[in-house]
Amino acid sequence: MASLWPEYQNVFTQVQVQGPPEMGVTPAGADLRDRTRGTGFSTLIGLIGNAQLGPIYLGVYGVVSIVTGTLWLNIIGFNMLAQVDWSIPEFLRQLFWLALEPPSPQYGLRMPPLHDGGWYMIASFLLLVSVLSWWVRSYSLAKMHRMGKHVALAFGAAIWLFLVLGLFRPILMGSWSEMVPYGIFPHLDWTTAFSIRYGNLYYNPFHCLSIVFLYGSVLLFAMHGATILACTRYGADRELEQIYDRGTATERASLFWRWTMGFNASMEGVHRWAWWFAVLTPITGGIGILLTGTVVDNWFIWAQEHSFAPSYLEPYGYEAYVPAGASVVVGGE
Amino acid sequence: MAVLSFERKYRVRGGTLIGGDLFDFWVGPFFVGFFGVTTVFFSALGTILILVGASWQGTFNPWLIHIQAPDIAYGLGLAPLRDGGLWQVITICAVGAFVSWALREVEICRKLGMGYHVPFAFGVAIFAFVTLNVFRPMLMGAWGHAFPYGIFSHLDWVSNTGYAYLHFHYNPAHMLAVTLFFTTTLALALHGALILSAANPERGEEAKLPDMEDTFFRDFIGYSIGTLGIHRLGFLLAINAGFWSAVCIIISGPLWTQGWPEWWNWWLTLPIWPEVDAAGAFDLGEATRAAAGATTATGGQ
Repeated sequence: MASLWPEYQNVFTQVQVQGPPEMGVTPAGADLRDRTRGTGFSTLIGLIGNAQLGPIYLGVYGVVSIVTGTLWLNIIGFNMLAQVDWSIPEFLRQLFWLALEPPSPQYGLRMPPLHDGGWYMIASFLLLVSVLSWWVRSYSLAKMHRMGKHVALAFGAAIWLFLVLGLFRPILMGSWSEMVPYGIFPHLDWTTAFSIRYGNLYYNPFHCLSIVFLYGSVLLFAMHGATILACTRYGADRELEQIYDRGTATERASLFWRWTMGFNASMEGVHRWAWWFAVLTPITGGIGILLTGTVVDNWFIWAQEHSFAPSYLEPYGYEAYVPAGASVVVGGE
Repeated sequence: MAVLSFERKYRVRGGTLIGGDLFDFWVGPFFVGFFGVTTVFFSALGTILILVGASWQGTFNPWLIHIQAPDIAYGLGLAPLRDGGLWQVITICAVGAFVSWALREVEICRKLGMGYHVPFAFGVAIFAFVTLNVFRPMLMGAWGHAFPYGIFSHLDWVSNTGYAYLHFHYNPAHMLAVTLFFTTTLALALHGALILSAANPERGEEAKLPDMEDTFFRDFIGYSIGTLGIHRLGFLLAINAGFWSAVCIIISGPLWTQGWPEWWNWWLTLPIWPEVDAAGAFDLGEATRAAAGATTATGGQ
C-alpha cells in the first residue's frame, strides 16, 4: 500500500524468450500437408503478444479464399488505375478519392456492362466467394479440433451484415446500384448519403441498438482486458484453467466488479457477455439497414410518428420538414 | 447473497486514498469509501436536477428529456438555471461522479492487490467526456458548444456538429477512432468466441486448454496472440478508441474550422506530384475536382 504506482503493470513484455516454434496440437484425422511448416518470430509483435508467426493451416478453402480475395482487390486497383489514365503518381495521389462504383440504377438487378458496374459486380462476387470460403475454415477447423463453433457463429453474424448491404437489401430495392462502392472516401460518402436520404439514421432504432452494442463491446473489452491485466500477477491470463478451477486471480477479478458495481460475471460468463455484445452489433445493424428504404423511407418522420423525436424551443432547422398545418409529412425528401 | 463463499478473507481494512477507515466498509456487495459517498452525492444530485429539468420541460418520457447547454451568448459565464444553468450544474455533478467512481476503483484495486488498469481505462472515457463538454467549449469560448443531455437530442447535436464541418467522416482522427471501435469489437468477438469454443467443445470432448487456443488461431489466420496478449490488445485498442474520439472532436473547431474534406487538400497539393507546378496551380483532373470540390454526400448515387 506504500506506493501509488506499483512497478508491475504488465502492459508490455519485459523479457522475451525464444524457443523452438510451437507447431500446434495435432488432432486425429488432420491432414498436416495443409499446415505450413515455416514459422517466423517478430520481437516487435512480441512486445504485446506471442512473437511466433505461423504456421497456418490453409487447405482448399483457404487457398480459394486468398485467390478470390486477391482478385477482388486487384480488380478494384486496376479499375482505379484506369480512371487516372494508368498514372501511378495520380493513383497514389487520388487513392483515397478513387472508387469502383456499383452499377447505375437503370440496370436494376441485371448484369451491367463492364465499364458501368460490370467490373464491380464481378469483384463483388469474388469477394463473396472469398468471405464465405474463409467462413468455411472457421467452421471446419473448429470441427477438426472438436471445439465449439462460436468463432464461426460470430463470423456468421458479420457476414449477415455484409449480405444485407450487398445482397439482400439491393434485391429488395430492385437494383444493384444500392450496393456500397469500394473506396476509402467513396464508401464514407455512401454512408452519409444513405443517412441523409432516409431522414437521419440516428432515428433508426436498430442503428441505435447497433451503436449501443458497438460502444458496449469497446467498454466490455476495456473492462475485461484491464481486469485481466490488473490480475496477471495472480495468473488471471490463464482463463481456461481458471474457468475449470477458480483461483485467487478470478476471485479478485470478480470481487473488484462486485465491490465496484454490485455485480460480477464469472470467468466464463464474461466471455458470454463479450460474445453477445460483439455479435449483436452487426446483427442489429443489419436489421436496421435492411429496413431502411424497404420498410421505412424516412427515419426522422418515423420518429415523429412514434413520438420520440425531440422538439426544441429554439429553431433547429426542422421547420423545413414540417409544412404549416401538416402534422406528418409523407415523402419528406 | 451479499457475501460470496470466498469473499470474507478478501474484505480487509485499508487501501483507502482518503478518510482513513472512516468509510471503509461495505453496503451489501458495494464497497463504500469516501469516494463512494461523493459518487452517491453527485449522481443523486445530478439525477434529481435532470428530473427538475424534465418537469420544467413538461415531459418525463426518457427519449425526449432534453437538458440544453446555455446559449452561445452566455460565453463561458454562468447562465440562469432555466436557461442552461441547470446543464452547468449537472455537468459539474457528472464530472464529480465520474472522477469519484474512478478513485473508488483505485481504492478497490489497492484492497485487492490489483494493478490500476481499470481506473486508468475509465479515466480515458472520462477524458473523452471532459474533452467534449469542458475543454472544447472552453477553447471555443462558450458552453453552448457542448452537447445537451438527452437521448435523441444529443444525437441531433452529433448530426449538427458533424455537418458543421461538412462531412465528419473525413476527419482523420474520426476515421482512426471509428476503425479502433470496429477493430475492438472484432477482437472481442474473436476472444469471447475462442474462450467459449475451448471451454464448450463438442459433445463428449474434454474441455480444451490454451495449447488448443494457439493451435486453432494459428491454423485459422496464421497467428495466435496468446492468452496474455489478447488482453493487452483489447485494452490498448479500447482505450485508443476513446482517446482518438477525444482527439477528433477537440481538433474540430479549436484547430480546424472548415469542412473536413478540404483538410485533405494538403495531400493533393504536396510538391511531390509531377503535375503540380511551383506556383501550386495545377489541374486536379475531373475525378479530383468532383471529390475535392463538391465534397458533399453525393457519393453513392
